[in-house]
Amino acid sequence: MTISTTAAQRRIEDLLGSHEAQTLKRWQEISETPADELRELFLALRAAVGEGDFSDVRGLLADFSRSRARLGLPPAQTSRAVFGLKEAVYELVEADGDPEALRGYIWFSKLVDDLGLFTFETYSAAREKIIRDQAEQLLELSTPVVKLWEGIVAVPLIGTLDSARTQVVMEKLLQMLVETGSEHAVIDITGVPAVDTEVAQHLLKTVAAARLMGAECSISGISPQIAHTIVTLGIEFGDIVTKATLADALSHALQRSGVELRRESSARIAVKAERA
Amino acid sequence: MTQPRELPIAGNGDVVLVRQHVRKVAVEVGLSLVDQTKVVTAASELARNALVHAGGGRVRIEIVHNGVRQGLRLAFSDEGPGIPDVQQALTEGWSTGNGLGLGLSGSRRLMDEFELVSEPGEGTVITVTKWAR
Repeated sequence: MTISTTAAQRRIEDLLGSHEAQTLKRWQEISETPADELRELFLALRAAVGEGDFSDVRGLLADFSRSRARLGLPPAQTSRAVFGLKEAVYELVEADGDPEALRGYIWFSKLVDDLGLFTFETYSAAREKIIRDQAEQLLELSTPVVKLWEGIVAVPLIGTLDSARTQVVMEKLLQMLVETGSEHAVIDITGVPAVDTEVAQHLLKTVAAARLMGAECSISGISPQIAHTIVTLGIEFGDIVTKATLADALSHALQRSGVELRRESSARIAVKAERA
Repeated sequence: MTQPRELPIAGNGDVVLVRQHVRKVAVEVGLSLVDQTKVVTAASELARNALVHAGGGRVRIEIVHNGVRQGLRLAFSDEGPGIPDVQQALTEGWSTGNGLGLGLSGSRRLMDEFELVSEPGEGTVITVTKWAR
């Protein structure tokens, strides 16, 4: 059995060698993939069929599917590029008509299936890596700490607040408090769609940490529906200052730090109106 | 109309998906903005419970009718260790994790109907309903 399989394999190898240009052309037509990419794969595969060592082919295939994943090409097209070779070789074998070649084709078909699955695995691994990278970038992006006034910093939170994000927010906020020497921090949750017990617990912890550093921390952006939900859930914010809008929280912080804001514009408008 | 749908709860990302789908269906049922937020919060709470205490589970989200009234029903089920003392679990401030201990009792208040079936070793099924006013 082993001997005949090897003979069949050799027959396929011969066929691939003698009909190189023809097979490549058919493969290219079926898979709609640039010829130069396929030529490299084809040569490596032919050598591998002879030697029985497929590590080069796998390496090439991994590069091939990774670059395609990065370009955002659909996975079906990528695997079709590999499976297209089966069809091209089958046409060769059929034209040849040798039973030995047919036996070899069964083996070759299994081989291409394996390589196709390998391509797909590499493809999805590459895609997952892209998604993971993006999630990390998003984590960085979505937690800015902004300075509102001398001594007042704010964190506008947007989206879901999970443990990982709270950790980042807390670190950044505490860092910023030290760097700017601020005594007031405002956490704005206008962009947080729902506050459940976990989110509330994260918020409470962040406030407690800021307080430990001697800063006064308030929470703003509590919409009517979130206020309603928090009350129904039974969460107590204790003596933490909460405000409906960021503007309210800013004016509260300003007041606490002794800054007085006065409106002067109305007087000026009156003067202008008289002149006109 | 959205068909009943079952979503898996296997990770934190799934809790977010459950929340998004629940909000979509809550809008369709015609819940007010306050009630939408309440239902979404309860869904988040119960989904996280299934994740934390049972390592995961499922939720079935469907629209139900009672005469002319429409409602939203969520059924969370898991194959976790179950709850030995349901009364204690529903007590405010009681938690086996390190949460606030308001999840179950709070969810009960957020919804109109609340049913909890659990046996130690048999998993837990929590069915909650909110009716549109």
